[in-house]
Amino acid sequence: MTFMRNRQATNLVFELSQPGRRAAAYPACDVPARPLSELLPSNQLAPQLPDLPELTEPDVIRHFTNLSTLNMSVDTHFYPLGSCTMKYNPKRHERLASLPGLVDLHPYQTEDAQQGMLSILFELQQMLGEIAGLPAVSLQPAAGAHGEMTALLTAAAYFHDRGEKRTKVLFPQSAHGTNPASAAIAGFDCVQLKGQADGFVDLAELKAHLDDKTAVFMITNPNTLGLFERDIAKISHLLHDVGGLVYIDGANMNAILGITRPGDFGGDMMHYNVHKTFTGPHGSGGPGAGPIAVRDFLADYLPGPIVTRTSSEGTDRFQLTTPTKSIGRVRSHFGNVGILLRGYLYLRTLGAAGLKAVSEQAVLNANYLRAKLEDVLPVPHGERCMHEFVASAQKSKTEKGITALDIAKRLLDYGYYAPTVYFPLVVPEALMIEPTETESQQTLDAFADTIRTILNEPPEFLHSAPHATPVSRPDEVKAGRQLVLRWKR
Amino acid sequence: MAYLFNTPESQADMLQTVGVGSIEELFDQVPRELRLDRPLQLPPPLSEIELESHLRDIARQNVGASGQVSFLGGGIYDHFIPAAVDAIAGRSEFYTSYTPYQAEASQGSLQTFFEYQTLICQLTGMDVSNASLYEGATAMVEAVLMAMRVTGRRGKVIVLGSVHPEYRNTLTTYLRHFDTEIVTVPTPHGTADPGDVTSLIDDRTAAVIVQHPNFFGCLESPREIFAAAKQQGALSISVFDPISLGILERPADHGADIAVAEGQSLGIPLQYGGPYLGIFACRQEYLRQMPGRLIGETVDREGRRCFVLTLGTREQHIRRDKATSNICTNQGLLAVRATVYLSLLGPRGLREIAELCCQKAHYAAEQLTANTGLKLAFDRPFFKEFVLRCPDDAANFAHRVRSAGDIGPVLSRFSTPTGELAASAKSLLLVAVTESRTKSQIDCLAKTIRSECSSATKK
Repeated sequence: MTFMRNRQATNLVFELSQPGRRAAAYPACDVPARPLSELLPSNQLAPQLPDLPELTEPDVIRHFTNLSTLNMSVDTHFYPLGSCTMKYNPKRHERLASLPGLVDLHPYQTEDAQQGMLSILFELQQMLGEIAGLPAVSLQPAAGAHGEMTALLTAAAYFHDRGEKRTKVLFPQSAHGTNPASAAIAGFDCVQLKGQADGFVDLAELKAHLDDKTAVFMITNPNTLGLFERDIAKISHLLHDVGGLVYIDGANMNAILGITRPGDFGGDMMHYNVHKTFTGPHGSGGPGAGPIAVRDFLADYLPGPIVTRTSSEGTDRFQLTTPTKSIGRVRSHFGNVGILLRGYLYLRTLGAAGLKAVSEQAVLNANYLRAKLEDVLPVPHGERCMHEFVASAQKSKTEKGITALDIAKRLLDYGYYAPTVYFPLVVPEALMIEPTETESQQTLDAFADTIRTILNEPPEFLHSAPHATPVSRPDEVKAGRQLVLRWKR
Repeated sequence: MAYLFNTPESQADMLQTVGVGSIEELFDQVPRELRLDRPLQLPPPLSEIELESHLRDIARQNVGASGQVSFLGGGIYDHFIPAAVDAIAGRSEFYTSYTPYQAEASQGSLQTFFEYQTLICQLTGMDVSNASLYEGATAMVEAVLMAMRVTGRRGKVIVLGSVHPEYRNTLTTYLRHFDTEIVTVPTPHGTADPGDVTSLIDDRTAAVIVQHPNFFGCLESPREIFAAAKQQGALSISVFDPISLGILERPADHGADIAVAEGQSLGIPLQYGGPYLGIFACRQEYLRQMPGRLIGETVDREGRRCFVLTLGTREQHIRRDKATSNICTNQGLLAVRATVYLSLLGPRGLREIAELCCQKAHYAAEQLTANTGLKLAFDRPFFKEFVLRCPDDAANFAHRVRSAGDIGPVLSRFSTPTGELAASAKSLLLVAVTESRTKSQIDCLAKTIRSECSSATKK
């Protein structure tokens, strides 16, 4: 990677700037131009040109193309980042999502001019409802965390409507950080439950916290240890018995597509991460899409707009509708349609059998890799896993001083992105590994061999890894203490 | 089966390594009574050829901006997108990577976001920018939540009626469980009278929100309003249009404490509502209360300059329910697009676009009100967008002239401000003019409207 690197081109864009250079040229003004001072109040005009770098188009292309080569990505590398479902992003989606009539649709066009788009979104609502076993769907949330908050606001409106004052949201210790953060934004008090030693929800602990103030229990299933919550049906009953609701964090849906459905195991609400499960590209960290699916009795409270269909004389007509008791909008415009569209294309490509095969292969790949690594990287929880597993480097740390971080960093040298490390917190020296279904046995074998190689390398050498990357072990403490968040002259 | 690698032979070998007899057995931990005992009811699978044909059929049922002349605006605009933006954003290394948790393998994204943060600071004059939020409305709401944390006040938030109706609606949704009073200042004449706003600001007020240019395209007087907010210890939130900063003074110049925007104008396609880009910048002193990812410069173990995610202690993965926001990822790929776009434009490019929009919008306003029966609804300076009052119902009117071009959203579709405007909103049209519109397109629309109006008069 350091070979043949164009270092000049990856200077900051501001350092590459040369006065007088420019890329974009615009046509001359073809209407009779008037002095700006006649059109706008002079005291509101900018006193000087905007302060931006000056580059030619080739400068810009060379700079950002070279920068891009400093990234690992799914298209270039195995990217087993646990919890993030870094599967292959089909190229057909990019071409099709860029078609005129889709990519250039303005959100305020009349319904007549967007019937095709509305038909796609309607069909997607139905498909997501079916996969969830929860029929009412809002496509509006922009990401998973946004979906969590939207569902919690929806639940709050439902309880409020029933005259119930429920203030508590419960979640297990191993929950994603977004769960409590979303509950807090939605105005709930957060209650974190201690888990059992085996990684599952402690039913006694849960029962002890359930009362008429309990609004929602948020749970990821399969959980963040990659295990299917065996008592999920009991958990749901317990919640429903006290009048509470069960929220399923759908981050790990890739394990159960067509196998079991959140609605069938007692969930009342859930979000999808379309960018994970249904291949919206991860885009260096967003955009995502976090649609939610809920039970019928919550449908009236969902944010609007939602796509509805009316049929007359064999012709379908689609319209945007706001539910009667809607919580209101949670963002401007319809939703992250560009990502939703890719999810739609993925579902239309796979169909029911294909979708089930995704989960089967994802679970097979994870279990295979787990088996290949178990003797050197033991997995403290569960005999088998779902779509991912959390291994512990505690043994190698104790025996050789090789930590999870050392392994993660050294993997980069060998051309593998690192697994998620040190999450969930319940596993010491955690390495959370999610291979996804779009990796071959050969890739998994090579990855397992590499881990073994690494564990036999000198610990001191690993402590200073990576060695082949453009930079190594950035000083994060310095970054946080001597904050430099922008370039300055 | 699409996108799966392992052959039946390979699967059998893998199952043997795992020590199970079948894939079915792998799912033993899912209780049998919870399993779905039927196939999902989904449409049948399509090959790539069939999928493409299916989608082209659907796309043809829509009318896109490239298939007609569009004067649609309302916060989302068809500004021209240079091909170089698509070329960079389409790079697999940006497109298919994720949040840069491993800095050594993510310097491309990290440096690009650092450049993005700098560009936003330069554009707005603010001290710090985060690496982006979802879109404009949630960026504005996050600004309000931050203002509440900074001021310790939850009593009142003042928002002008000329702020985008969907943004105000979103704010109401987020604050519905607070006791906070949202005071909407009526703007029946297109803008707020600064005196009306300042008299409302008190020591319970957490924030004052001004969109400038506002939803109707008109210029507000943020300087006076923000000065009054400062006196009362409330934070000033400016909702700006990035393109307007080619000719208008920056949010920092008129005293904004937090500047937020919809960044769609910066090289992001319309795509029916998203994904877009939430721009969020503020003064240095509020840094630790900011939502969202931040990228910082540092050095590596050999002293080489590099970039990392920083100040994670504000964020949900560490602070959980005490985090400054529940947001996890930023809008990475859209921030990449904006960074490339602004780098291509440079100072003179942005100035030219802003001037073209402004000149053409004023020409359009003149032509569309000359012997057409239409009138400008507001006698206020505007930038690239303006409101027309139609002789009758605007929706019907727009329908009649649509054969020649779409003349913008009908304001009655929105929850409009109280007062005079609400009563007259049914006759109002919002018209946006970008640099992509030509004189002949504007003339053509004016001509169509003229003939439509004269035939209506004859009837």
